[in-house]
Order: sequence, then C-alpha cells, then structure tokens
Amino acid sequence: MSTTTDLKTPTPDQLEPLMGGTLPRVAPLLVGVCSVALGALAWLLGLSPVVGVVVAWLGYVLGYTVWSRSVEGSRKATDALMRTLMWTAFVLAMLPLVSLIWTVVARGLPVLTPQFLNDDMSGRALLGVGGGIYHAIMGTVMVTAIAAIIAVPIGLFTAIYLVEYGKNNRLAKVITFLVDVMTGIPSIVAGLFAVALFIVVTGDPLPRLGIGGAIALAVLMLPTVIRSVEEMLKLVPDDLREASYALGVPRWRTIVKVVLPTAVAGIVTGITLAIARVAGETAPLLLILGTARVANWNPFEGPVQTLPVYIFQSLGQTTHFKYGEIWTDRVWGAALFLIIIVMSLNLVARIIGKAFAPKTGR
Amino acid sequence: MNRTSFRKLLAPSVAVLALSLSLAACGGGNSADEASADTGGSEASGDYADLSGELAIGGASSQESAQNAWMVGFGEVAPGVTVSYDPVGSGGGRENFISGAYPMAGSDSYLDDEEGELSGATETCGAEPIEIPNYISPIAVIYNLEGVDELNLSPETLAGIFAGDITTWDDEAIVADNPNADLPSEDITPVHRSDESGTTGNFTNYLSQVAGDVWTAGEVETWPTEAGGEGGKGTSGVVQVVTDAPNTIGYADASQAGGLGQASIGVGEEFVAPSPEAAAKIFEVSPRVDEGSDVNYAHELDYQTEESGVYPIVLTSYLLACQTYDDEATAANVKGYISYILSDEGQEIGSTEAGSAPLPDEVREQAQAVVDEISAG
Amino acid sequence: MTTAIREPEQQQELPARARTTRVGDAVFRRTALGAALLVVGLLAGVAIFLVIQGLPALDASGEQAYGKPSVWSYVGPLLFGTILSSALALVIVTPLAIGLALVISHYAPSKVAKPVGYLVDLLAAVPSVVFGLWGIAVLAPRMVPIFDWLNDWFGWIPLFAGPVSNSGRTLLTASVVLALMALPIVTAILREIFAQTPTTQQEAALALGATRWEMIRMAVLPYARSGMVAALLLGLGRALGETMAVAMVLSATGAIISFDVISSANSNTIAAAIANNYANAAGLKINVLIFAGLALFVLTFAVNFLGRYVATRGQVKA
Repeated sequence: MSTTTDLKTPTPDQLEPLMGGTLPRVAPLLVGVCSVALGALAWLLGLSPVVGVVVAWLGYVLGYTVWSRSVEGSRKATDALMRTLMWTAFVLAMLPLVSLIWTVVARGLPVLTPQFLNDDMSGRALLGVGGGIYHAIMGTVMVTAIAAIIAVPIGLFTAIYLVEYGKNNRLAKVITFLVDVMTGIPSIVAGLFAVALFIVVTGDPLPRLGIGGAIALAVLMLPTVIRSVEEMLKLVPDDLREASYALGVPRWRTIVKVVLPTAVAGIVTGITLAIARVAGETAPLLLILGTARVANWNPFEGPVQTLPVYIFQSLGQTTHFKYGEIWTDRVWGAALFLIIIVMSLNLVARIIGKAFAPKTGR
Repeated sequence: MNRTSFRKLLAPSVAVLALSLSLAACGGGNSADEASADTGGSEASGDYADLSGELAIGGASSQESAQNAWMVGFGEVAPGVTVSYDPVGSGGGRENFISGAYPMAGSDSYLDDEEGELSGATETCGAEPIEIPNYISPIAVIYNLEGVDELNLSPETLAGIFAGDITTWDDEAIVADNPNADLPSEDITPVHRSDESGTTGNFTNYLSQVAGDVWTAGEVETWPTEAGGEGGKGTSGVVQVVTDAPNTIGYADASQAGGLGQASIGVGEEFVAPSPEAAAKIFEVSPRVDEGSDVNYAHELDYQTEESGVYPIVLTSYLLACQTYDDEATAANVKGYISYILSDEGQEIGSTEAGSAPLPDEVREQAQAVVDEISAG
Repeated sequence: MTTAIREPEQQQELPARARTTRVGDAVFRRTALGAALLVVGLLAGVAIFLVIQGLPALDASGEQAYGKPSVWSYVGPLLFGTILSSALALVIVTPLAIGLALVISHYAPSKVAKPVGYLVDLLAAVPSVVFGLWGIAVLAPRMVPIFDWLNDWFGWIPLFAGPVSNSGRTLLTASVVLALMALPIVTAILREIFAQTPTTQQEAALALGATRWEMIRMAVLPYARSGMVAALLLGLGRALGETMAVAMVLSATGAIISFDVISSANSNTIAAAIANNYANAAGLKINVLIFAGLALFVLTFAVNFLGRYVATRGQVKA
C-alpha cells in the first residue's frame, strides 16, 4: 500500500503505512454514548421507545463505521461493521429467548405451589377450586418412561449392529439411511402413525391409551438414540477392541465389557437428551392420549394426561366466563414446571457427559 | 470446568428430582375434596348413592364446560361413579356411540339417516336411540370496537359482514341498524372458527336460513374459505383474537364471551341481546324433528321466528343414549347421570358454572319420563 | 445349548467354554441384527400405515374434504402454507444463527461464549407448546407495529400487501416463532462447524494481516459452506414439521393460498391443520388428515435427505 503512485490525496493510512490510523480505545464508548443520546432524543420527540432504540443502533453503526473508515481505512471499517452486525444478530437472537424464559418464570412462579403440584383435576377442580398438575406430571413421567423402555434397547442394539457388526455392509447402509429418514418424521406424523396402528389393533375408531403415546414418542426418540450411541461407539478406539480379542475375549463380551463401558458417559448423555426432547412433545400425544383428570397408571387402557397436552387443553378454557383466569394461571404454572423438568434432564445429561468425559479416550 | 460448577448445576436438578419423587409418594389426592361436602346435601343424593362403576362418554366439545360442571356435581351425589367426558367432537361422539364404545354421547346435531347414522344407532341400541337436548346456549356475536357499547345487527347485515360483503364499520347497512352509534371508518375483521365445529354449523345454518341470498355457502361445519376472515382455534381462540384485536367481530358460545361487547340481533321488528332465557325461548317456539317419536326430542330450530324476546342464534347440543343396555350397571349409571342433568340441581349447576340455558320444563318432564324407562336387558 | 453350534468345519473340537462363547456371540449378534431390522420394520410400518389410512381420503370431497372439491385442493394450499412459513423462518434464522454462532466461536471472549453456548443449548429443550404460549401472549401483540411499518414501507411487495392484522397472529409471526425454535439447533451445528475450521489456516490469515472479518470470510466461511447449507436444511426440516407452536400462534383462515403474510387472511400449515382439526374429526376426515400427514412426511423427508446429502458431500470434500 505504501507504494501507491497517486500521491495527490494521501489518506491517513498512506501517511502512516506501517501503523495505520487507529481509533482511540474509547471510540466505541464515545460513539455509543452519542447514539444513545440520539435515540433518547428521538424518543423525547415523541417517537416510540422502539424507534428510539433503532435510531440509536443506526447512529452507532453509521457513526462508528464512517469514523473508522475515515481514520482506519475501509478494511478496518468493514471489520468493525461486521463485528457490530454479528453482535446485533446475537442480541436479536437472545432477546426473544430471554423474554420467553422471563415471561414463563414471571407468570408461572406464583402458581407453582406445593398444592398445585399435588392436586389433580378431580373433585371441584374443574369448577375452579384447587386443582393442579399432579396427574399430568405422573402421566408425562409414565409415558416418557415407557417410550424410553421401548426405544433405548432397540436403539442401543441397532447402533451396536451398525458399528460392531454391520461395518459398511449393505444392510447397515440401508439402516443408516432409514434412520436419517426417521429423524425427519414430523412429530404429528408419529402421532398419526400411533393412532392408525391402534385403530387396527384395538378396533376402536378413537383409541385412547397411554401405550399409544409412548410408541409415538419412541418413534421420535429412536433416531436420536441410534445416532448418538453410534457416534459414541465410533469414538471407542479400535486398539481397545483388538487388545480384548487378543486376550481371547469373545466379541460379545468385548462389546459388553470393553466397548460399552468406555462409551457409557456419551451414551447416557445422548439418551437423556433424547428423553428430554420427547418429554415436551405435545402434538402426537394430543391425538391419542385424550383427556384425563386423575393419574392413570394403566398404559393399556383409558386416557392419560401429560403436561404439554394439559397446557394445550387448558388454554382452551382460558376464556371461560367464570374460571378463565384460574385456567390461565394453570397454563403458565404447568408451562414453567414442564420447562423445569426438560431443562433439568438436559442439565443432568450434560453433567453426566462432562463428568465422565475422559473415559471416551478423547 | 471445575468441580464446584458441577455442584452448582447439580443442586437444582437434584432438587427437582427429589421434588417429583416426593410428589409420586404423596399421591394425587385432591385437597379440594373437603369442599365438596357442603353442596351434596340435596334430596336427590339418596337416589344416586348406591350407583357404582365408570361411565366413559364423550362427544361435542361445545358441551365440555357444562359436562365438566355436571361431572363434578354428579360425582358429589354419586361418589361411586366416575364419569369422564372426552371432548372428541360431535362426529367422534356419534361414531363411538354407534360403535357402542360410548354408552352415551354428546352431539351438536341430532342423528339422521343421511349417512345411516340413525339406523346404525338404532341397531346398536336395539331400539330407537334417545335424543335429549341437554345444552342450549346462545351464540353471541362478539365484537371489539372502541366507543361502541351497543351494536344492533339485522340478519342481512350480519350475513353480509361474515360473507365479506360489508367491509367497513361505517357501512350504510350497519349505520342503518345503529343510527345513534359512533361507528369508525375502520376495516372489519370477521373472526371465525378455524377448526370444524358445531358452533359454526349452527351459526351458518342460521345465516343461510335468515339471509340465504347474502350467505350462500349454506350450513357448513368448516368455515368456507371463500368467505375469508381471520381464524381462531376453538371458542377460546376466537374470543382471544377478538379480545386482543380492535375492529374485529366473531361468534362464540356466550358463556365464553367474557367481557366483550355482544351484538343484539334483529328478530322481527326488534333487536334482542343474547341471554340464556332468550335462547331457551326459541326452543319453545320450534317444532320437534320427529313429532311421532317418544324418545327423540330433537328440535328443528325455527330461526325465522319473529316471536318477541327470542334470541335466534342458538347452539343446541344433544345427549344420545339407548333405551336398553346389556349391562345392569351401565343402564343404572346412564339413567342416574341423565336424571341428574335434568334435575333442578343439574340445571342449576349447568347454568351457574357453564352458562347453559335452563331447559324448558316441558322438555325436561318429557325427557325424564323417557329416561325413567332406561333399563337393562 | 450345544445344538446351536454353526459352522462346525472351522473348529472340530470345541472346548465347552468356546462353545458357549459361540452361542453368546450368535445370540448377541442376532439380537443386534433383530433390533436393526425392527427399526427398518418400524419405519416401513409408519409409511405403510400412513399410506393405507391415507389413501381412502382420495375419495373424499365436499364436507368430508373440509369443504373442498377434493383432498388435493385441501392439502395443496396447506402444503403452500407449510413451505411459505418454513421458508420465511429460514430467511429469518439464517443471519441470526450465523451471527450467534460466530459470536460464540470467534468474537466473544470464552468467559462469555461458554455460558451463552450452554444457554442456547438449553433453549433447544424448550417445548414447542411453551413457544406457542409465548408467541400468543408476548410476541403477537408486539408484531403489529412492525407489520404496520412493513406495510407502510414495503407494501409493494406482495408479502406485505396488507391490510395488517390487528391481532398479530399471522403467518409471519408463526415464522418468527419457527425461526426461534430452529435457532438453537442450527446454531449448535454451525458452532461445531466453525470450531472445526483448521486453526492453522485461521492463524495464517491473521498473520498475513487480515482483519478478523477477512479471516472469517477467507478461512472460516469457505470451509464451512456445505456444513452451513446442511445445518440450515436440517433447521428447515424441523420447521416444516413443527406443529403446536404454529397451531397456537397462527390465526389460520383455512386451506387458502395467500402470499400476504401480515394480514388476517392466513394460509394454514399441514401440521397445524391436523392438530386443529383432529379433535373433531371422524370417519373419512381422519383419512383426509392422515393423507395430509403423508404429504408432510414426504416433504420433510425430501428436505432432510437433501440436508444429509449436502452434509456428506461436504465431508468427503473436506
């Protein structure tokens, strides 16, 4: 750049070729304060606060970029502009997510009393007296647990087949492909499948039973379980397997005693995440679980209530002329508790993954 | 990351786990149970006390609030019976009633033989099925219009708004109905049910009968898309949209209409506001569908009536039941539950807790006579 | 036990322990194979059941097809709404996710980046019904002024033709919710991909005097291109099948084709239409809804397949 022949209009960075011009370190702050002032002015002039924020932002972007361009040159100006845009995207993305958590906590927390957690919807609960989500919590636990009982062994063994036995044979390729296909099954389609299946099995045109919901969830869980277990098994070094074979240990015992324990943390993490994912599912359960007011521990007969379905169905009662507000409270309370359950499952998964991470050998 | 932060993360999750375990331990007893004792002491309770078993029924979602109230009330006088009402919709209710899965069902329309439903039900029951109108509620035309507390709409105007022909609030037709109102020149957003519903069926039936040349889509349960407008999921969806959005107008079961403005509808020379009493009146002036039947009390609503004080847009929902059941306990429970609904107590709880219009005494007496004959065998 | 031995020619004299070993191996192997075949069967089951239960819908018309002359004219507009809402969601999520992922991987100091990364991951776990609740209670009313603004300035684009919905429960609001739901997953994959960019190339770029943005543009983005496409397609797949949030947030007019995404006349999506109508459906209408589900299944499958294809092709190249 220093060899530019055109010397008529030397720009700052031509004059200081090695150092280049640099904005003072307080520059962002300076521009920031000015643009906030600009935004505040716009607000005071009667525009809405949102417009004020937009004005402030525009002021910062334009002000800083122009200043930087005049002092530091276009490359640094572009860099600064991109940095601002990145952080803008970051803030724009985090804002609604934070708002979501805040809204649910603010509206749900006052509702979450021990009584709310311990009551079901029997007695006069439908008429606005007491009432709670005990039955829905238990339903969620039961249906999710059954789904896990179905999906985890099948997923585990499928992954074992893919990694340990199937090594790139045609069946393994077909299965890998199909698992990919399953990842894309929309949740409502899984629910339709469960309904269609149980219409045939039970002969009832509108089947209502817990196991149906569990099967729908299992269909949704399976691909996640298979994929994560597969990834974890692949991480186990072949050296370990070969060492075990060399000692005369048969293949299945090698898998059970060497491969699985090595990958256990990752496997448990993957499975827990899969469970957390389906615990919040609504759509498939809406189709087959029906409405229950008390805990129903029999998965083979009768409707079961789960938290997400409870939330959705209660939402329909929030305009009741007499008990609308009570239902609204219940909706938010149940939503908060559902988030708590799902997030703690997630945290548990991550803690397990972290705590045992070294065992994977990486 | 170091160990302490694990512990920080661990603490809340362990707490949640412990919480749910302790919940599992203490069971789902409802602490509100004690509250039930004070209302159960009516004379009727003796009749129901020795009933026992389960009564799993379902059907129209329009009845849900009322059924909730009756289930609770009946549970208090007949503690041995567990009634559950699954709001699967009218179609599902009829289908399950005909297949025999539900011993009784709720339906927004009575059984007819267009698709063989009546004969199907007759076959399942072994005799003509009982049809009792058990839930009557005005369908309110709700609106959200600033500065307008009272709104009168003639049938043609109403049909024009929902058909998409009348698009602004200061349209001549609306002004003609409301000479004194301060109507803004805003666009009208009509709000309808986005799901299939008996409310839409009753509403469009009314429109097609009183203003057939304006509303040409006929009686439909799924809102015709060519009429346009905004959709709301369920009654609550419509009510929420109308509550949130200015310049909207919608139709909804009056018991869920909340504090929204409700239009008075033109009947003959006057405009009538929705009320349970005014809704029950149309029932009295309407003929029965099948005068010859002893068990079918379905009415063909006379929407064109010009009777004074009648609110014409009414949702009627029916209870379907059999005259005989194979099973002794089922027969007794069905009989008990319907008797409870028809009783003073049932009517009272239905109207205070769910906004249902009280049934005309004549219908109640006739229906009770039929219900008394329900038997096993 | 001993009768189960196969392939006796390999070893004539098997000691007792070796025999149980062989049996154990065979049993284990077959269990694994059985599980794998079960997965194949399950998927085939999903497809077969959907087809068997969906095909009768082809006879539906009139009231049975929700007031449309045939099932195609019911499913067609829904398909349109599904694709439109998901495409908009993709347009919204792309810059946000790339920005968020780059901030976490390249801009923010690790003290900020790590907790933010955790937070984003946790948000992937927020159930869709909660997103729906938030969409109704918080987002929709706040979208109305934005819609007004869009309509004022960009009303000439058919998407923003108006008249603006007063409730804010439009297809664009649903798309924003879909974008937010896809955001954590897309961001997580993008982060992974950006983090995998060879450090040497990044350092080389910086050593040559590149600014941070130039380094990202020259070293990170080209390397991550196919991965980014794959991540976005997977996010799209998620948005296509999302049910509850749309069913709750969107005030759907019905099965109509409307490009206007800020007015009160809104196309519905397949998943939301199923969730909305299923509760009241009976008889042939259930078949119609299952048929719509089948159409959705085929669509998501195509998108996901494309995503995987791009992803694997990218891996081979890299």
